[in-house]
Amino acid sequence: METLFGIAVDGVAYGMILFIISVGLSVTLGLMRVVNLAHGAFAMVGGYVASYAAQGLGLPYPAAIAVAVVLTVVATLPMEKLLYRRIYGSANELQQVLLTIGLTFVIVAGINYIFGPTLKRVPLPDMLVGVVELGPKAIPAHRAFVIAVGAAILLGLWWLLERTDFGIRLRAAVDDPAMAAALGIRTERLYAATFAIGTGLAALGGVLGAELLPLEPYYAIRYIVLFLAVVAVGGAGSIFGSAAAALALGIVDTAGKYLIPNFGEFFFYAALILILFRWPHGFFHGRAA
Amino acid sequence: MSAIAGDPRSATGAHPMIRTVLDSLGVPLVALAGLAAFWLFPDDLGLLTRIAATALYVLSLDLVLGYCGIATLGQAAMFGTGAYVAGIVAVNWINEPMLLLAVGGLAGGLVALATGALILHARGLTLLMLTVAVVQIVQEVVNKARDWTGGSDGLSGIDPAPVLGLFRFDLYGRTSYLFALAVLVAGLLVARRIVRSPFGLACRGVREDPLRIAALGGSPRRYLVTMYAVAGIFAGVAGALTAVSSGIVGLDSVSFSWSAEALVMLVLGGTGRLFGAVIGTVAFMGIHHILAATDPFHWMLFIGLFLMAVVLFLPGGIVSVFDGLIARLTPSSPRRSDGATR
Repeated sequence: METLFGIAVDGVAYGMILFIISVGLSVTLGLMRVVNLAHGAFAMVGGYVASYAAQGLGLPYPAAIAVAVVLTVVATLPMEKLLYRRIYGSANELQQVLLTIGLTFVIVAGINYIFGPTLKRVPLPDMLVGVVELGPKAIPAHRAFVIAVGAAILLGLWWLLERTDFGIRLRAAVDDPAMAAALGIRTERLYAATFAIGTGLAALGGVLGAELLPLEPYYAIRYIVLFLAVVAVGGAGSIFGSAAAALALGIVDTAGKYLIPNFGEFFFYAALILILFRWPHGFFHGRAA
Repeated sequence: MSAIAGDPRSATGAHPMIRTVLDSLGVPLVALAGLAAFWLFPDDLGLLTRIAATALYVLSLDLVLGYCGIATLGQAAMFGTGAYVAGIVAVNWINEPMLLLAVGGLAGGLVALATGALILHARGLTLLMLTVAVVQIVQEVVNKARDWTGGSDGLSGIDPAPVLGLFRFDLYGRTSYLFALAVLVAGLLVARRIVRSPFGLACRGVREDPLRIAALGGSPRRYLVTMYAVAGIFAGVAGALTAVSSGIVGLDSVSFSWSAEALVMLVLGGTGRLFGAVIGTVAFMGIHHILAATDPFHWMLFIGLFLMAVVLFLPGGIVSVFDGLIARLTPSSPRRSDGATR
């Protein structure tokens, strides 16, 4: 019972981290048809900036998060203009893979040059170190915080997509980019805004998830497969698909590590194969984002 | 997501006859360059051996990606299986090199046949993730089977017998290199035969338009699975070759990143051209060798910038430079705008 509770809490928290980082990748993949392997590198940049802001500059935790998200977005928007715009919707996904792997390598080398190869931490404020009492059970405060933020982001994205003008345009562009452009939707701006939201969320996930996905220079390469798996299982372009996929994979992975620890990632990938067998296009393929 | 790299051939304006001549010169050129490297760099034979074996591995990826349009990040599953099976056989039973290559190729082909039949109904990102999942699961299995594979310590103690009972493996790696080069050249010849055969043409047809192949009475999926298995044999032989020539097999030979590196080398050289695989491997591993001596992060910076430059300025890979030169030298042929259409 205790184990089951632990699996549930840790699995959902892990799933929420995966969701926050992957949802941006899912939307860029669904909308711009870019296999952006540098997405994990953006999450890593966010984590490193927050770590420096908190440890080097002594900023409080919320300020460190804000600085990390803003700086990452500011740093990546020029890349969107200079690099990504050339490969949007390109029929040649290998070129996209090559370009974004190249970008990832450059970021990895840059992070190592600036921050060094050692493991970096984002120190938690006292509020998030203890536990939260939930009736007879107690959950670690950090896990509770991550789950709450993930749920808030899920709701926020739902509101943004379903209830705002921006969301309507975005959904139109995901469904049929050519038609949306013909109807006068300024897809270029939409792309830039979506890209910014995606990288901002990646940076946020990189900071919040620093306890579960430790920050080191190879982070960008080590975890990108996890994020791509979430997108493939959820269905590119689907926000609820990403959430469902992230939670499912997070819980499976955590359960595997709790129950049969020395099998490593085996269960994560076994689940991936089984799910993709049943739903080859992901949980929510074909629906609007 | 289904459209993969456009065929570089269609974008080149080289005269057909000149191209035929160049194509038939390719294999002798590789053999000659390989022999020249043997005389020019006698101190780097270890590296050259690794390059030759890796080129065969990248060639196997070219067969599935360049000729069938299957984007995969799982080629290391076949390479690693071939390497481990050959290594285990060599340590426990027989150490005749040719036989080890055959065993490795068989193992790689079987893994490819089994997994290909399962996963090749998917496309695009789904297929990519399935291939990643396969390679990760194979790696977990290899890691768990410590008694046979040595787990994370790697498998060592492979001591191959003389090649064909005549050529002893020497301390300087001369035999290793010439053996690897010979296997690579043989692999290129076999691969060329395969892609020019009716079966190879059918595979190219599946890449261009699977619906039409189905309408003509072919089974696209059967072609894909067959070619995947054939490429698995090549990858398995390459793995066995690495095991035999280096004497050790590590867990990284069956890893996601080794698959990704093959993809990078291939796209760097140019897909759909057998020599693109060789050129890409030489370029990638050459740069790696020169830069990694200082600091691995330097290497990543330069290879990263290099990759981005190739995509932005050389969309067809390094091979397209030669195509451009040839097209320039043959003014009679109609030149199409290169790169813009891809």
